[in-house]
Amino acid sequence: MAHAADAHPGHGTAAGTAVAHEEGQQHPIRLYLVVWVWLFVLSTFSYLVDYFHLQGMLRWTLILLLMMLKAGLIVAVFMHMKWERLALGYAILLPPVAVLIFMAIMMLEADHTLLSRLQFLSRTPG
Amino acid sequence: MEGIAQAQAPATMEPAGGMQGFVADWSSDQRAFKNVSWGKAMMWIFLLSDTFIFGCFLLSYMTVRMSTTVPWPNPSEVFALEIAGQHLPLILIAIMTFVLITSSGTMAMAVNCGYRRDRARTAALLLVTALFGAAFVGMQAFEWTKLIHEGVRPWGNPWGAEQFGSAFFMITGFHGTHVTIGVIFLLIVARKVWRGDYDTGRPGFFTSRKGRYEIVEITGLYWHFVDLVWVFIFALFYLW
Repeated sequence: MAHAADAHPGHGTAAGTAVAHEEGQQHPIRLYLVVWVWLFVLSTFSYLVDYFHLQGMLRWTLILLLMMLKAGLIVAVFMHMKWERLALGYAILLPPVAVLIFMAIMMLEADHTLLSRLQFLSRTPG
Repeated sequence: MEGIAQAQAPATMEPAGGMQGFVADWSSDQRAFKNVSWGKAMMWIFLLSDTFIFGCFLLSYMTVRMSTTVPWPNPSEVFALEIAGQHLPLILIAIMTFVLITSSGTMAMAVNCGYRRDRARTAALLLVTALFGAAFVGMQAFEWTKLIHEGVRPWGNPWGAEQFGSAFFMITGFHGTHVTIGVIFLLIVARKVWRGDYDTGRPGFFTSRKGRYEIVEITGLYWHFVDLVWVFIFALFYLW
């Protein structure tokens, strides 16, 4: 971070005390390339899951695992979340947990709808 | 004055890290996001709201797919293509995924070059990113055309559950719109970088504020987010 401050000469005089911690994010290009290659490899694996017609729990586990790994790499490295302070990280990454809770509720709801449809809208009489 | 502030700053102003820093940042009653400019913080908050929008789309897709008694069309076959006599399942979607990841890589490079004030390389990488983005939108347009010709509509399709069409058009359409806006955004920033706006401090045409190379990183945040959403769409819509 030391050289980040002099990378922006003149800027930030109006921002007051914040000048001391300049907002530049400077990381070695090598790291980006490694992450890039990993994203390619993980995407290839995702595609192969479909190509080899894997089914059932194995398919689900692999799909979700590869998805989370890719998302994690993008957010942590490409979007620099790994190097941001926790105050920003929690403010952005915690609220989406609400989506997961919503998802659990909707799964119950969908199951209920499916059972009702099977019970009351079944084609077979009786 | 500024020189003194810079010389003293690292020794006296370094805020605490970890959990202690988290509590201190939020309770300081001044500025919660210490080393993040308002532009970057606002982009993150916008992306959070976008997360909820895409989250709700994917949730409604999950709900209709789980609750229908009609079999769901098999995406692996719906999105298959014949290339050189070879039947390849889901191939176009795989290519689109790789194109988008590649564009994310070039974007990360552009941010890096931007902070090193490498004007020409930053502009070139931004243009390459925009080009990959445009290619992605082009392939998506091809995909839509193909499906519409095969009879997929928001209210029905030849292979199974009617909800397939509405979920597909809604989710990929909204994502494609994001990519399109991103391409426009990238082209504008590339032009500004190329012209040297961030070196000379030329005021922006809309905000009249001086731009700086951080704009490249903020554009990058948006672009990586578009890629991030695609990761979820790829896994949940195409691979389920």
